[in-house]
Amino acid sequence: MKIVIIGNGISGITTARYIRKQSDHEILVISAESDHFFSRTALMYIYMGHMKYEHTKPYEDWFWGKNRIELKNAYIKNIDFDSKKLFTDKGEEIVYDKLVISTGSITNKFDWPGQDLKGVQGMVTKQDVELMEENTVGVTDAVVVGGGLIGIEMAEMLHSRNINVNILVRDNYYWGGILPKEEAELVGRHIAEHKMNLITKSELKEIVGDDKGKVKAIITKDGKEIKCGFVALTAGVSPNISLVKDSKLETDKGVLVNDYLETNIEDVYAIGDCAQFRNPKENHPPVEQLWYTGKMQGRVLANTICGTKTKYDRGIWFNSAKFLDIEYQTYGLMLKNPFDDEDTFYWEHPDGKISMRANFAKVDGSLRGFNFFGIRFKQTVADDWIRNKKNITHCISNLHKGFFDTEFYKSYHKEIVEHFNKVHPKDQAKIAKKKFLVF
Amino acid sequence: MKIIRNIGLTIFLICFAVFLSLPFLGKYKLTEKIFTENFKDTEQQKLLKPALKDFFKKEYNSNISFIKDYNKAFDSVNDEFKKNKEWDKVIYDNHVFSIVKNSSQGFVKDNVAILFIICFVISSLGGLMYMIPALFIKPIAGIKNDHIFQRGITNRGIIAFLFAAFLITFYIFIYQKPAYLSNWVLLVDGLSNTLTGTNASQWFLYGFLYCLIMLVMSVRMYIKYRDNNYQLLRTTSVLFFQIAFAFMIPNILTNLQLPYMDFKNIWPLDYSFFFDYRLTELASNGMLGYWMLGWGIFLIIIGVPVMVYFFGKRWYCSWVCGCGGLAETLGDPFRQLSDKSLKAWKYERIIVHSVLVFAVVMTIAVLYTFFTGSSTLLGVDTYAIRQTYSFGIGFMFAGAIGTGFYPVMGSRVWCRFGCPLAAYLGIVQRFKSRFRITTNGGQCISCGNCSTFCEMGIDVRAYAQNGENIIRSSCVGCGICAAVCPRGVLKLENLSEEGRFDAYVRPEEKAF
Ligand SMILES: Cc1cc2nc3c(=O)[nH]c(=O)nc-3n(C[C@H](O)[C@H](O)[C@H](O)COP(=O)(O)OP(=O)(O)OC[C@H]3O[C@@H](n4cnc5c(N)ncnc54)[C@H](O)[C@@H]3O)c2cc1C
Ligand code: SF4
Ligand code: SF4
Repeated sequence: MKIVIIGNGISGITTARYIRKQSDHEILVISAESDHFFSRTALMYIYMGHMKYEHTKPYEDWFWGKNRIELKNAYIKNIDFDSKKLFTDKGEEIVYDKLVISTGSITNKFDWPGQDLKGVQGMVTKQDVELMEENTVGVTDAVVVGGGLIGIEMAEMLHSRNINVNILVRDNYYWGGILPKEEAELVGRHIAEHKMNLITKSELKEIVGDDKGKVKAIITKDGKEIKCGFVALTAGVSPNISLVKDSKLETDKGVLVNDYLETNIEDVYAIGDCAQFRNPKENHPPVEQLWYTGKMQGRVLANTICGTKTKYDRGIWFNSAKFLDIEYQTYGLMLKNPFDDEDTFYWEHPDGKISMRANFAKVDGSLRGFNFFGIRFKQTVADDWIRNKKNITHCISNLHKGFFDTEFYKSYHKEIVEHFNKVHPKDQAKIAKKKFLVF
Repeated sequence: MKIIRNIGLTIFLICFAVFLSLPFLGKYKLTEKIFTENFKDTEQQKLLKPALKDFFKKEYNSNISFIKDYNKAFDSVNDEFKKNKEWDKVIYDNHVFSIVKNSSQGFVKDNVAILFIICFVISSLGGLMYMIPALFIKPIAGIKNDHIFQRGITNRGIIAFLFAAFLITFYIFIYQKPAYLSNWVLLVDGLSNTLTGTNASQWFLYGFLYCLIMLVMSVRMYIKYRDNNYQLLRTTSVLFFQIAFAFMIPNILTNLQLPYMDFKNIWPLDYSFFFDYRLTELASNGMLGYWMLGWGIFLIIIGVPVMVYFFGKRWYCSWVCGCGGLAETLGDPFRQLSDKSLKAWKYERIIVHSVLVFAVVMTIAVLYTFFTGSSTLLGVDTYAIRQTYSFGIGFMFAGAIGTGFYPVMGSRVWCRFGCPLAAYLGIVQRFKSRFRITTNGGQCISCGNCSTFCEMGIDVRAYAQNGENIIRSSCVGCGICAAVCPRGVLKLENLSEEGRFDAYVRPEEKAF
């Protein structure tokens, strides 16, 4: 059997690797972006000079040959699902028995006037970073439109080249659509501390170019003009489905799939950023644009393709990010506001750079999730507590079991417990006495 | 702030240029007095004097021609003896280093104090002026590896190769031709006299420079990792052990006419620990000598395994060891240059364990000769084995390659490929230790920062992205992988041995 995978990102590559672990099927991975799999999440570090492109490749180049995973650098232009054939832009034909579509994402653009000027771009691909290298030569001021996770990365990249950064966000706070107010403010302060200019409650109206077609300013909806030589478009990404948009394959925002990652066409599957679940779990997004979900989906799909039909279950939500110097880890579904049946507990260090939040059920105090800023916390512990509905008082008392900061770091457990006991006088948390000299 | 930086750099470079010029400056004149002071053997004096007659009158403008003529005169005497088969008369030690050093006159000799200040004090201040503004240019603590791969010095540019060439040349001269560097050594005579009560040797200079460089470069570490207590403590620890244990204590022991000993240097890194002259020296110092011998053996047999069991190899490699100390200070800007390929790992295992075997064999041979008096073991000259080790491993590998290749192959070339003690510590760490680097579940995004900045060339990501703990014999526990990880995935820990190899599997995934 010949399995063809379009897209050599984390989801496509994981599928290929796990198919190989279980079977001898012929595997071909096609991508137009790079010869080998690399880590998209590390793109910013290439620009900042922390790493070179080579360092972002999780596997050495010989790995693919050794595991008989054939790679092909080509752009697929068309798919004929009836005859099971792919066509490259150079007119080459490739046949498949099973097809995996994992074409990833593209930058969202909302038809802003001037969005195609030189110096205006998003950042999703390796080529985008190369372009950014070109586009930022000699630039002194830049605007980042939209303050999500890629937005803050691009801001940091620009900042590393001493470019003045303005970040334009629609909400009242940075990433205010997701982060609770306190956390959003914490990040906002940190952005300001880095001398970046966070402009809230502001939307892009148009981008103005000079006579050479290069950006020279932007104008916001409230009429403000900001001069800049570079504009980063980071108002989210959406599934890259241009390849299958007008075909038999059912799509909405992304390629529609069921819980087995199957599309409406037999032997055709979609995973990763480009897939959209027909029936997402309650409160979960229908499109999962995350590194680890792509990885999990790839593993599940490899099982199915190799004959053990497996349902995808992402388990308890978690994620992490870094806002300039502040690390963020989250476990459980933690949105802007707690759900109606939830209460929230929030502690923040007086310096305003470290914080934690726990949401828990009003009825029985069972833990629903955590947000940590500037504190590293163990996933195993958080996952276990949320899964087993551990009581919030128990969790606060036992936070030390999950702290994952480097040795000799200061622990804020005592401060957190004191604060908890103050705001929840009914449930008194306690720190177990440390046993002496136990390794 | 940028201006201060540039001034600092300029000051440093000027001082460095002055330092580099010293071996080429000054005049050299050997007097009979100097000659007799350095050639204490009156018999030899008598044999050599006729050949050196012209030499005594002449003043040289460069040490190169001085050394050339001196060696020529010396060799001519020896050649004569050899021709006449008068083997008992042949003179082996020409004392060229102390002869040159004491014959130095003029500029350097006359300005020792001021040159000391320029070369060591002002240059260090220049270095600090370059480093400290980082606190103001980047006032917010955090990992700042910006532009590392965009600058020649940290990304194998021409300047990096020049620096490597300088380091290698320095090692070759200090080990093999110290006479040419005698003007440098002159600068630290004063300090040496205070500490040890004798004039400085090239090794005193080397030790002094080692401490100074570590001191200045640890300021850089303190600034760079100021929000990371593990790094701050570790840097303080290596610095303390270098200055106190490797430099001060041995020199003070010398001053007290006691055996020179670095109490933290452990065989087989301290490969001469069982050499006859050292054993004899220890044996001739009564209780203290035996205690020193006992301490050395205790460290080998009990210290190493027990400490590695509880804390991992890091207790030594990145908290105590001098080689490690230099790598973690001077070497830190180059750590990302280590080779992470599987091939490099294969070579590493073969080479480092071969060196360990070599060290053990060499030591057995040396001890055999020490106890039996027979100079051959299984037909091989034990002295030759010992010399081969000293030259090949002690000088070439540990010195010239180990440090010289910092700017090309990263900071731990010796520790990774060559150090026999590291191999020993590593075997314990791999098979019987509580130490590990724990991976935080599924949080890894495979970005590669950890692997890139691992000076031991461990592909940390390969483990982290699979949710596996990192247990590798070569890991020196520097903690940088955990520091640079942008997702808080890694933590160095000493935990119970149980389950140390278990990967994290999410309950959902247990199904498949
Ligand atoms: C800058 C940035 C930072 C991120 N940081 C994080 C993070 O910190 N944590 C996290 O969880 N997630 C992060 N993400 C999201 C994460 O990287 C994605 O969810 C993930 O890479 C998606 O993987 P994928 O395999 O679905 O698609 P992709 O990795 O996008 O791979 C798709 C591939 O398919 C190729 N392709 C598409 N169409 C065709 C065609 N017609 N012919 C041939 N090839 C084609 C593309 O060129 C591309 O190489 C980040 C994303 C970006 C852009
Ligand atoms: S694995 Fe981490 S702690 Fe070990 S040597 Fe490498 S960077 Fe240092
Ligand atoms: S630095 Fe952290 S996130 Fe990046 S590959 Fe290493 S462990 Fe994973």
